[in-house]
Amino acid sequence: MPEPSPPPAPGPQANLKDPFVAGVLAWLVPGLGHAYQGRYPKAVLLCFTILGTFLYGLYLGSDKEVGWGRVVYFSFRKNDVRLYYLCQVGIGLPALPALVQADVVQRGRRPFWHALMAPAKLHANDPPPPDPKYPDDPAQRTCAEVVHSLARLFELGSLYTAIAGLLNILAIYDACCGPVLPEPAKKKDGQDETEQAEPKGQAIPVEKPA
Amino acid sequence: MNNDLWYALPLVVAASLVYAATRHEQIGPILRHALRIGAWILGFMGIIFVVLWGVCWLVDH
Repeated sequence: MPEPSPPPAPGPQANLKDPFVAGVLAWLVPGLGHAYQGRYPKAVLLCFTILGTFLYGLYLGSDKEVGWGRVVYFSFRKNDVRLYYLCQVGIGLPALPALVQADVVQRGRRPFWHALMAPAKLHANDPPPPDPKYPDDPAQRTCAEVVHSLARLFELGSLYTAIAGLLNILAIYDACCGPVLPEPAKKKDGQDETEQAEPKGQAIPVEKPA
Repeated sequence: MNNDLWYALPLVVAASLVYAATRHEQIGPILRHALRIGAWILGFMGIIFVVLWGVCWLVDH
């Protein structure tokens, strides 16, 4: 009977802890779920990359005249269905002010923070009414004015922020399930080489640093 | 040079890094994989660019 080959030496392990908590944290702030799991280099990388993309998109969609971050807003009004927001909300907390601003505007009140992520008016006579104290209030701008003022930057900003949200969904998956490991090489008898080496539970093997 | 194509570069970098980060755990392999993915995306965009440029040239002449 042939001697069984010893299992490969275990590499460094990534402890996923509670995948649900990690996933929620990763959704709230990009990289936070990885930081919770102690995967700090990856947390920093994801935070800078995803948050940087989102903030750059917000910057592109900002203007002193029309307000800040006008490319991220929540609106499912007639003639203004903002499907982009479904992607943008993937980034979690940074996109949530849009929900607050949408509620504020729906109640007929003036949005705060220079109309940050506030939905623009559909018509000039929609609420909130103009306030004489704020003659250049960006909250008074209509959708057409915002799009016209930002021109191509409106689409670019929307695209950047939406892609950032979608990229964070990848990061959430990584926080919940760990990295997608390469396909294991098949043995002649059809058995995976890594079958015996794969640890059970929430720890996943990772490659050794080069 | 005012060309909107430059706006694609940061997106390619971000997408490559995040995609590679879902495949590896260490920074070294992530960066190497991201470089390959980024080159692949840019190459694909280049092919599309050449095809569209060729179509435009055919339409113009």
